[in-house]
Amino acid sequence: MKKFLKESKSIRELPEHSEDSPLSIHSMTISYNYKPVLWDVEYEAPQGSLIAIIGPNGAGKTTLIKGALGLIPRASGEVSFWGKSYNEIRDLVGYVPQRESVDWTFPISALEVVQMGRYSKIGWIKRVSKKHRDIAYSYLETVGMEKFANRQISQLSGGQQQRVFIARALAQEAQLYFMDEPFAGVDAATETAIVEMLKKLRDEGKTVICVHHDLSSVEEYFDSVVLLNTRIISYGSTKSTLTQENLRKTYGGRLTILDQVSSAIEKATS
Amino acid sequence: MFDNYFYFLKKLISVLTFNAGYNAKVVVLGATVLGLTAGVVGTFLVLRKRALVSDALAHSTLPGVAVAFLLLSYFGFDAKNTFFLLSGAAVSALFGSFCVSFISSKTRLAEDAAIGAVLSVFFGFGVVLLSIIQGLNIGSEGGIHNFIYGHTASLRAIDVKMIFLLGLFSIIAAALFIKEFSLVCFDPDFAKTDGWPVSLIDYYLMALVVLVTVLGLQTVGLLLVISLLIIPATIGRFWSNSLSKMTVVSALAGALSCYIGASVSSILPNYPAGAVIVLTSGFFFIFSLLFSPVKGVFASMFRRVSLGFRILLDHTLRDFYEEWEFSKTSTAIADFSLSKNKLKISFFQKFSLYFFRYVKKEKDKIYLTEKGVLKAQEAVRNHRIWEEYIAKFGSVDISHVDFSADLAEHVLSPQIVKELEGAIESSTKEIKESLHTLEKN
Repeated sequence: MKKFLKESKSIRELPEHSEDSPLSIHSMTISYNYKPVLWDVEYEAPQGSLIAIIGPNGAGKTTLIKGALGLIPRASGEVSFWGKSYNEIRDLVGYVPQRESVDWTFPISALEVVQMGRYSKIGWIKRVSKKHRDIAYSYLETVGMEKFANRQISQLSGGQQQRVFIARALAQEAQLYFMDEPFAGVDAATETAIVEMLKKLRDEGKTVICVHHDLSSVEEYFDSVVLLNTRIISYGSTKSTLTQENLRKTYGGRLTILDQVSSAIEKATS
Repeated sequence: MFDNYFYFLKKLISVLTFNAGYNAKVVVLGATVLGLTAGVVGTFLVLRKRALVSDALAHSTLPGVAVAFLLLSYFGFDAKNTFFLLSGAAVSALFGSFCVSFISSKTRLAEDAAIGAVLSVFFGFGVVLLSIIQGLNIGSEGGIHNFIYGHTASLRAIDVKMIFLLGLFSIIAAALFIKEFSLVCFDPDFAKTDGWPVSLIDYYLMALVVLVTVLGLQTVGLLLVISLLIIPATIGRFWSNSLSKMTVVSALAGALSCYIGASVSSILPNYPAGAVIVLTSGFFFIFSLLFSPVKGVFASMFRRVSLGFRILLDHTLRDFYEEWEFSKTSTAIADFSLSKNKLKISFFQKFSLYFFRYVKKEKDKIYLTEKGVLKAQEAVRNHRIWEEYIAKFGSVDISHVDFSADLAEHVLSPQIVKELEGAIESSTKEIKESLHTLEKN
């Protein structure tokens, strides 16, 4: 059965992946414990823009990012980055997970967290050299956290922790960034500072894809949006996509049949 | 009676200083290295939140030991070949941990349920095998029960050599990958996107845990070996804020517990070494829990009590100030006095006011000292500055601002006060009138 599936997959024509797009997703479906939570995602991200993924709770925003990055297995679909597979361009991708996803009482300092962004450039076993430590420190300066370099991370405020996370992603020196709710639980000053940083990245030609929660600031912060509710409702430039009609489709409740089919698949396969 | 104690003490000292003969020396040394190793490896195990998996792993060593024993005696080898027995233990431990991850990833059972199931089934199977071995009357089965509770006295020089070599090997093997471990323990998702083979690093860590578990079987036994991995690491967490310090403290705590525990049990052979070692580390754990400077029970109690104390003092001084304000007198606050019974406060508060020289007494009247005036002004100012801020920006009704101010005023650092001043555009040191009417005491 498995073999058959593999063969049928190779017979199917692979889609043309644009080499200009930093992220193209083709018919991606993702299941948690055999239950589909994200259906048939087709998406192409424009190069060099700030992109927001928005949608109600449980729409699959985080799942979209994690599926694209291969953090959770894809039930089906292809994802490519500049026309290449993730493993080929891994060095070009930076990631800021949700702040709550890690244990902030971990015995580690702010600077050490940022140094983690350099680990893959340092390589196995080798210690963090002065060169890499200096680079990490310079990114702490970029986010205005150099005063807290040696502070244990549990002693930082939520906004400061978020800045440290962003500094770590900056230290990866990537071309494409995925950020999962970078503004969640941060103070106004930090939010402004982060937006400025994101805009600077964009102006350097980099692409930033953020899961975003606050509808009121989408237009001000982002060039492009993806409207999501267990499937892609619409995507494109913020102005043309953020219409009343699209928002109503996104937030106006889920398709009941989609949920029913999800449950049916879950029952049949688990 | 006292002779007895004296004799015991003398003997303990001779063991602790490695002067109690070859056997005791070998045993204590072996246990100490084991503790050191377990402390290092346990640090990462605890940070990876895999402590319970290692318990399942320890319990699943028993059938491995029993099967290895049966194989050895069936083929007519020396059934006490420790290396072979421990290899059997390692194989079945790995199989046990594989079962846990298989069950929790392929079914909907949560990991804790999978751990409980695997742990008990493997252990039960091991106990059945032990009974079979006993029924076979092979004769030399005595040693195998020692794997459950541990029996340091049965350690031979060759066993200790093995503990030494493999222990030092695991310490080095763990220390080499401290960077990779810290990454995977702190943020496995980030590690994965950054191209690190997270499951491979996890397997490597679990392999080290299996090694330590197996090495600890003879000394502390499979029931208690988990405590060697976990307790020192938690002690390390109490005393440090950095990974390297935590590892060192954990290693030392493990080594010290084993050193003391093994020494004591070598004098009191009726008490199994494993239990004594665990009790010793338990003592260090409780000590750390109580006395650790930041996370300890007493430290946080002290912080709470001293905050409560500060609150009481601040409130009393503020009352004094507001009493002066209320009286609308033209005398300066330093010359304003309250009669002794006007200040309705407890004896303790009164005592502390005098103790810190915030107030002085002259002819049955109470005056604020210079220090007291400053302190009272600060308390009033912090209170009102907060009230104004929360009324202006927090949209709280003026009749309600008092409550949060009572909480907030005591924790305002100079930095925050400065920011509040900026927000409400108040000049430094100015004390504005209260927003709400003051009630006369």
